[in-house]
Amino acid sequence: MPIELIANVAVQGILTGLVYGLMALGLSVIFGVVRVVNFAHGEMMTIASYAAIVAFGAWNIDPLLAMVPIAVILFAIGYVLQKALINPFINRPEHSQFILLAAVAIIIANTLLMIFGPDSRNVLVDYALDSLQIGPLLVDKVRVITAGFACLIAAGLFAFFKFTRTGRAIRACADNHLGALVVGLDVKKLYALTFGIGSACVGAAGAMMTLLIDVTPNVGPVFTLQAFVIVIVGGLGSMPGALLGGVLIGLSEALAGLFFVPSAKSMFAVAILILVLLFRPQGLLGRKI
Amino acid sequence: MTVKLTRRQFAAGTAASAALLAGTAPFNIVRAQGKKLKIGVLLPRSGFEAQLGIACQRGIDITQKMLPAFGLPGDFEIMNADTESNVDVARSRAEKLVNEGAHVLIGAFDSGQSAAIAQVAEQKGVPYVINIAAAPQITEQGYKYVFRNFPTAPMLVRNGLVLMKSVFEKSGITPKTVVFMHVNDTFGQAMQKGISAMLPSLDMPFKVVETIAYDPQAKDLSVEVAKAKATGAEMLMPVTRINDAILLVREMVKQRWEPKIVMSPGAPGFYENQFYRTLGKFSNYMITNVPWYNPRSAVTQKVLDEFTKKYKNEMFELNVGFSFEAVMIAVDAFARAKSTDGKALADALRSTNIKEHVIAGGPITFDAKGQNPNIISVTLQNLDQRPKVVLPLDIAEDNLALPLPSWSKR
Repeated sequence: MPIELIANVAVQGILTGLVYGLMALGLSVIFGVVRVVNFAHGEMMTIASYAAIVAFGAWNIDPLLAMVPIAVILFAIGYVLQKALINPFINRPEHSQFILLAAVAIIIANTLLMIFGPDSRNVLVDYALDSLQIGPLLVDKVRVITAGFACLIAAGLFAFFKFTRTGRAIRACADNHLGALVVGLDVKKLYALTFGIGSACVGAAGAMMTLLIDVTPNVGPVFTLQAFVIVIVGGLGSMPGALLGGVLIGLSEALAGLFFVPSAKSMFAVAILILVLLFRPQGLLGRKI
Repeated sequence: MTVKLTRRQFAAGTAASAALLAGTAPFNIVRAQGKKLKIGVLLPRSGFEAQLGIACQRGIDITQKMLPAFGLPGDFEIMNADTESNVDVARSRAEKLVNEGAHVLIGAFDSGQSAAIAQVAEQKGVPYVINIAAAPQITEQGYKYVFRNFPTAPMLVRNGLVLMKSVFEKSGITPKTVVFMHVNDTFGQAMQKGISAMLPSLDMPFKVVETIAYDPQAKDLSVEVAKAKATGAEMLMPVTRINDAILLVREMVKQRWEPKIVMSPGAPGFYENQFYRTLGKFSNYMITNVPWYNPRSAVTQKVLDEFTKKYKNEMFELNVGFSFEAVMIAVDAFARAKSTDGKALADALRSTNIKEHVIAGGPITFDAKGQNPNIISVTLQNLDQRPKVVLPLDIAEDNLALPLPSWSKR
């Protein structure tokens, strides 16, 4: 097998993996702090994708520009969702939270189906089908751009949690819930803020995804499942872990498709998940609880 | 005054009522005969096949206005039912339609759902006209009430491969190497098995250098296309659905893979409205060998005019054509049988001989198994961002344009 082919496929896999990582980042942030598993994660991403499609269709706004206001809108949706709906469930058994968020997911998917119909949609910008020739490598331009944005957003998020007072307060809530209450932090507000930030990440990822894939109202569960696999591999609650998990899954799928049967490539992602669960249950960069 | 009913009286009364109903049932059937024909239409209007079921529905919806123009009665009733793209739902909806008085069933776009409906039709003695379903076993069961106006999978594959030779001859381009990519679902696997079995006997001029199966839920075909490109094959032979057909071509453009020919042996994807809407100029020059409407037929022209008037933004394609013909066949049988009785309708269906119709091929007739053997495939090429018949020449709308021009020169 030519080495150029292997290198090309590996690079595509890494770039795709970084976008996967961004997709999973929101899920990881929310779980890391609020300790709620967002079963409506994929559907929230689908809302963002449709918002980007509408923005492009109606006003010709590039999804890379539209992702800023879309992230803001998703932040607001996430904030309100946490404040109004999830907070009352915080101290209830986990299965109640799962059912609540699964119900939210079903409502979102069916609402999108009623508004947009079952046809798949995407955004075809001028550069959507361009490639960059770098030596023997032929790299998809859109993947390079989206992977770059994924790294930028992850770095920004990391800086926010590390260097800002609000970020440190959110981390305090995650590390010691009781301690955070004792020192007077408004934990419920910080939870809502975290859910908003996680949702904003989902919004940015959803808007960018329209450049890479076609979206249908029913695509949400696929995103949710993939995000779960990634964050479990990388470590639930770990931001670098989400990116690492994404890259690992993207790369393994690409190489499995090349060396084995392409139709079975997602099987390899699940195999990695099983191995991680067996030998490092907290995930590659997760902390032991 | 109150009347006390003992358990014995109640049981006796119930039994008497049941006996009365059973005794008069044959009269109900007799009374139903000669009435308006009720056609139960089963299509996947929701679920993963919804887009295609809705396309079929459009073909059904124009029949009431159009059939009188061809000398057939227009006073029939359409009873719609949604199979939800699910085999079990298809079966229960078929039973419900029959219980509600449907005299004939039509549907169901999908082989699994059609097979389930065929069982119900046979049990109840209600004729069933299949609009679209290719699994050969449906008409191999010895059913007496099942009629299919659509090619079987082996017919599709054979017709598709034979037409490839005509394309090579007409274009003067005969590829020596082919890469075969197919969606890894029931349909894709059936096509793969059919093609593998038939290729040696058809003496095709090319060698299949690589077969690449991919996940039907795939959101990205970059690896698959990279692998196919690395073979250096002169022709790509894809078996796709619509979403993966779009992914495939998009990835080919990105990876600058330019085989001389891209020709499907008979699968959806390239000729669908969404393909043109999504890919624009990059949708051009793709070829599909598939059963299609005859653009030269007077019936097609009239139906096409009505369809275009009613659905301005939709495309008249094979789903519409075959669904229209299914109703046409049922109403034609009713006109000859002059009865809504299941057996009389089935007998009339067996002697169907409709010479002027929509789909390309010979007259609509049914053999002893209930299969129409006269449907041909045509070569469709995407030109000016719509599918055009380029072969056979006697019904061609445009000239075959090969090899594929470079992506950058479009």
